Amino acid sequence: MEHLMSMAVKAIFVENLAISFFLGMCTFLAVSKKINTAMGLGVAVIFVQVVTVPANNLIYQYLLKDGALAWMGLPNVDLSFLGLISYIGVIAAMVQILEMFLDKYVPVLYNALGIYLPLITVNCAILGGSLFMVERDYNFTESVTYGVSSGIGWAMAIVVLAGVREKLKYSDVPDGLQGLGITFITVGLMSLGFMAFSGVQL
Amino acid sequence: MRKFLDNIAPHFEKGGKYEKFFSVYEMIDTFFWSPPSVTHGQTHVRDAIDLKRVMTYVVIATLPCILMAWFNTGMQANTGMAGVGMDQVNNWRGDLMAMFGIAQGAAAEGNLLANVFHGFLYFVPIYLTTLIVGGIWEVLFASVRGHEVNEGFLVTSMLYTLTMPPDAPLWVVALGISFGVVLGKEVFGGTGKNFLNPALTGRAFLYFAYPAHLSGNSVWTAVDGVTGATPLGLAATGGIQAVEEAGFTLQQSFLGMIPGSLGETSTLACLIGAAFLIFTKIASHRVIFGVFVGMVATTWLFNAIGSDTNPMFAMPWYWHLSVGGFAFGMVYMATDPVSAAMTNKGRWAYGILIGFMCVVIRVANPAFPEGMMLAILFANLWAPIFDNFVVQANIKRRMQRNG
Repeated sequence: MEHLMSMAVKAIFVENLAISFFLGMCTFLAVSKKINTAMGLGVAVIFVQVVTVPANNLIYQYLLKDGALAWMGLPNVDLSFLGLISYIGVIAAMVQILEMFLDKYVPVLYNALGIYLPLITVNCAILGGSLFMVERDYNFTESVTYGVSSGIGWAMAIVVLAGVREKLKYSDVPDGLQGLGITFITVGLMSLGFMAFSGVQL
Repeated sequence: MRKFLDNIAPHFEKGGKYEKFFSVYEMIDTFFWSPPSVTHGQTHVRDAIDLKRVMTYVVIATLPCILMAWFNTGMQANTGMAGVGMDQVNNWRGDLMAMFGIAQGAAAEGNLLANVFHGFLYFVPIYLTTLIVGGIWEVLFASVRGHEVNEGFLVTSMLYTLTMPPDAPLWVVALGISFGVVLGKEVFGGTGKNFLNPALTGRAFLYFAYPAHLSGNSVWTAVDGVTGATPLGLAATGGIQAVEEAGFTLQQSFLGMIPGSLGETSTLACLIGAAFLIFTKIASHRVIFGVFVGMVATTWLFNAIGSDTNPMFAMPWYWHLSVGGFAFGMVYMATDPVSAAMTNKGRWAYGILIGFMCVVIRVANPAFPEGMMLAILFANLWAPIFDNFVVQANIKRRMQRNG
């Protein structure tokens, strides 16, 4: 239990997907103008992360890993070269299913998320989460924890960025830097603030 | 002087010869006299305090820290020299002191004037570098972009100088203040429009980019070849026991006679500054008390948890208060009105987050012995979110009440 706790803290603060790995930058920069939409997107990312990381974990453990097909009588088969395409396929499928499910049963959230829901498919933070899971060889419970906490970390980062950007509405940015330019600088300074956690050993 | 300024005024106004340098003229003019412009239109508040006076008050509030910085830096240097048996500083400072007949090294022990003068000679180059380099950037941006240079930079430069180790090379100092002023403030449009404390941004940049010049054991005493760990550095490895074994008492550390950055060693001086700032209502007492409460609560929590391997867990709160940059950050850095939270409840939350983070970094993060700087930068990021929550809650309550 303690192991899972420290893993979660690590994934949220120390190895934050957005701030220390700079993953999912496209949506991170594009959808952070308002706190409310940023929160909606954050919740969606947590959702997808929770579903896809464990699902990919199962696929990896029982289908793709070297020797994983032993239960089918094929102990010498190594399908891990199919990793990338299967993970992204799972992510796309999951997002589609989630979209249909929300449309049918939770229309409020569906409407609030709008275009950002399908956009999550191409969010590299999601694929990054799955790849980290494979690289670090997590088991199923670990992958659930990692999915939840990395999603929370990303959501937290985008909400903080949205807060800062709402405040920066009143700033007077030089012409050449307006828009994305200043956002890049802002994110850079943000990660300076998050350096506080680098080096924490858990 | 007023006459002189009025005489040259036409040259700087629109169409004049030196139109480009209006911001410089304006800076000098309003530094000595209050600006003649008054508000136009319906609303008009009469108040003697404007941005310039606020900033000047903060500079006044750092005076105890500055004096302490001179004295302590000098004292540390002289003690260090006495330790290695040097009786003459082997650079221009030594020549200058010899010229004025000021005692150095072991001879200066207990000599107040000698210590202050020795420290002063370390403070001045750093401060001048900060002022000149940062000032050039400030004037450059002000001239090109057509806004005014204001006293915000005086505060930034003073605070930045006070967080420097006495032995910092001047080019590093210049680089840091450039980063702080340009990327921390000017790209966002100048004073009041940034979201991180510019002084701390510069300091943090240096901390990560040039760790050899800003951390470790050899930078804290201003004598070549003399190493002296800060109490906080000792505590990080051996807990409070190691600090006491090295001969630092709580009283020494509270008064500030310990190795450390220029102006942050003395908790007493910071508290005097805090009293002044709270009395004049320049700084928010909510932030200061929030930081304090957060620090004490977190320390109690760590004390209660305890740890066999990490001696920092057992460090009591009064030690946290008196070592390192905690007091300095709490009083001068955290209360920066621009980067702190704007709402009253938000200020409490913001302060408590700083106190919490500072202790967490000090205790749980072996990479950094000092956590105040990063804690404040981290809380700066959260300040707009806190404000947003407070405002939203307020809107909701009002909606319910007036339905």
